[in-house]
Amino acid sequence: MWTVAAVLVLPAVYGVSIFGLNALITILISVASCVATEFAIYGLFRHKTTVQDGSAVVTGLLLAFVLPPASPWYVPLVGGVFAIAVVKLAFGGLGYNIWNPALAARAFLLACWSVSLVSTWTNPVAHVRELRRTNDQLQMISTRVDGVTAATPLNARKRALAVYNEAIQKGREQSLPPAFRIEDPKEILRRLNVANKTSYLDLLVGLRGGCIGETCVVLLLLGGTILLIRGYIKWYIPIPYIATVALLTWALPVRLEMPGGAARLIAFAGDPLFHVLSGGLVLGAFFMATDMVTSPLTQKGCIIFAVGCGLMTALIRIYGGYPEGVCYSILLMNTATPLIDRYTKPKTFGAVKK
Amino acid sequence: MAQTFRGGIHPPEMKEATSEMPLKVAPVPDEVIIPLVQHIGAPCNPIVDKGDQVKRGQMVGEPGGFVSAPVHASISGTVTKVEPRPHYLGRKIPAIVIQSDGKDEWADGLNVEAEIGSLSREQLIERIQSAGIVGLGGATFPTHVKLSPPNNSPIDTVILNGAECEPYVTCDDRIMIERPNDIVEGLKIMMKVLNANTGIIGIEANKPKAIETLREAVDKEPSISVATLKVKYPQGSEKQLIYALTRRKVPAGGLPMAVGVVNQNVATTLAVYYAAKYKKPLIERALTITGDGVEQPGNYMVRVGTSVRELLDMAGMKPEANKLVLGGPMMGLAQYTQDISVTKGTNGILVIANAESWDHTACIRCGSCVDACPMNLNPSEISIACEASDVSAIKSTQILDCFECGSCAYVCPSKRPIVHWVKFGKAELSKLKAQNQQKAVEPVAEKK
Repeated sequence: MWTVAAVLVLPAVYGVSIFGLNALITILISVASCVATEFAIYGLFRHKTTVQDGSAVVTGLLLAFVLPPASPWYVPLVGGVFAIAVVKLAFGGLGYNIWNPALAARAFLLACWSVSLVSTWTNPVAHVRELRRTNDQLQMISTRVDGVTAATPLNARKRALAVYNEAIQKGREQSLPPAFRIEDPKEILRRLNVANKTSYLDLLVGLRGGCIGETCVVLLLLGGTILLIRGYIKWYIPIPYIATVALLTWALPVRLEMPGGAARLIAFAGDPLFHVLSGGLVLGAFFMATDMVTSPLTQKGCIIFAVGCGLMTALIRIYGGYPEGVCYSILLMNTATPLIDRYTKPKTFGAVKK
Repeated sequence: MAQTFRGGIHPPEMKEATSEMPLKVAPVPDEVIIPLVQHIGAPCNPIVDKGDQVKRGQMVGEPGGFVSAPVHASISGTVTKVEPRPHYLGRKIPAIVIQSDGKDEWADGLNVEAEIGSLSREQLIERIQSAGIVGLGGATFPTHVKLSPPNNSPIDTVILNGAECEPYVTCDDRIMIERPNDIVEGLKIMMKVLNANTGIIGIEANKPKAIETLREAVDKEPSISVATLKVKYPQGSEKQLIYALTRRKVPAGGLPMAVGVVNQNVATTLAVYYAAKYKKPLIERALTITGDGVEQPGNYMVRVGTSVRELLDMAGMKPEANKLVLGGPMMGLAQYTQDISVTKGTNGILVIANAESWDHTACIRCGSCVDACPMNLNPSEISIACEASDVSAIKSTQILDCFECGSCAYVCPSKRPIVHWVKFGKAELSKLKAQNQQKAVEPVAEKK
């Protein structure tokens, strides 16, 4: 577990450097809250503590990674307590929890403080410009404390499409920029994407708004690869998960309103690379879905699980109300894990069919 | 080239200390303790009393049934006691204690050379049975029973198990290098008894000298071949060995004869040859004394009944030695005392220095055990059911197909003692079965 914690330090450092002091505070409160809760509850039950196995620290880090950088202090605090006390320990502790503690806590926090969790984004690009100008880290951090309600890339594209569809529906196509008053639906979609474009390189390196730990894809991939090589995670969850999301976000039909009242379903026009690099997909695929306790036991089971996660993520991102689907899709598949395990039991060597 | 099976693990081989050491004959002991249980099946009944004079090779315990094997005196001398003595299985078992008379004389009629070709099938089986031969790979199943399959199970292939997949142990390697022709003769005897037309000797690739030596020995035998096996634990397990060599799967809960195969360890085959050719009962066997806790590791030909304490005095124990295992590190049994004797099934005496113990944690459901299990079981599920002593959950698992190889416990990151739990779980199921059988027999109590 400590190896996983060590690997997570890289995106944590990146998150702090790009989002500022707020991110550091969130991370520290989250980790401290998780560790303290585990200590306290085991102490309460006069049980030997298990904090030294490192899993509370990892939960704390992962929880912080899925929170916006400028979250109020009580958000990671309550999240940590919920993740450890309710999601992990109430079910029996390490090895017995059904849901990923960090993700379940995030879902809980979203239900409690929905405004804080979707609008306290920090725009890192301006941050970086500031960095180049002042050349003084500490000074820069203290000037960027309050968040900017800037949209994350996923959010931006989803809203753009919704705005376009609404405009056409209400007969207000003249209010749209000239570039969008054309005939070809596929071209309209492409231009919508381009208008809300964050370059793939920026997405890869993490120069975009988002949660603390999910932005720097390159560091997350590096960490994930280290864990794969060392055998801490298996390839049959992250690879099928990401592959399914790429395939479905490319293929699934998107509804586009056309002038004159008819709506068209445009399929095979998605932007898979964008979807793979944005949101919390790489973080979720390599660090959350791969959690051994909450994923199936066998290889076949894990692939079914991963494809299920991919399906849910794609569906939520394209058709659902939320811009990001990773959190809920993993939680939903965690729920299905015992069922998957039951139907993918290994067949005994030499078993005779009755 | 090398064949293999699904699953398994690659523990370090640890054979360098003894693989080059030729077999040495251990000194004849002054006292031997012959347990009446050295096999699977009914225990033997003693046929000697305190004060009786016995000769080397004389039967001292008669078989308790068909699935049983007689035990013999391994030295000549006087019976001093017939009483329970510590046994490698962990409990005291009745044994015959013999004090040597220094003469080491064979009993009459034994150690006499015979012409094997003139012996009939029945005569060969009779010699094997009265010699008390059991499987020397460790399972100690009576060999004459294995060589007498029912008529509706024809055998076409005899496999010799030269895999020796347990780390540390090298005695089979040495007998293959030093007595290849005797082994091949033993195989031919078994093929004759079983009416089998094919013989395969399976040897793991880490024993190149044994492979080469045996290949030479079978050069003139058209129906016998030597096959190289990929080095993996537990390649020496019967079902996995048969699958690797013939691609036949022994049905779960069934025996190799169901797929037309009989499998024997190379040491057993050697003993079969000596019994058939020289009417020598099974009173000695090769074993390896090794581990970082002994001064002088080596491979020895040891008389059955020799005290392990004496052997360890001979090999020299280091002061940091604190764990004694009879067998190999994977499936051997840890001992609480040195005052046990070598039995027919002892293939290794392993002394470990600075051995540690550890605590285990909950199953984190990583699935490593499922990947490692050569029988494709679900050790995670079994371990959780046994840990909770949940008999109905244990019953719903495939625990009875587990042969306790230890691959799961070896890979478990939570260090769970899965094999210990399997033994416990199997005991619980036996208890349940016995209770149910008793209920079926007892009359229903009258309601008051």
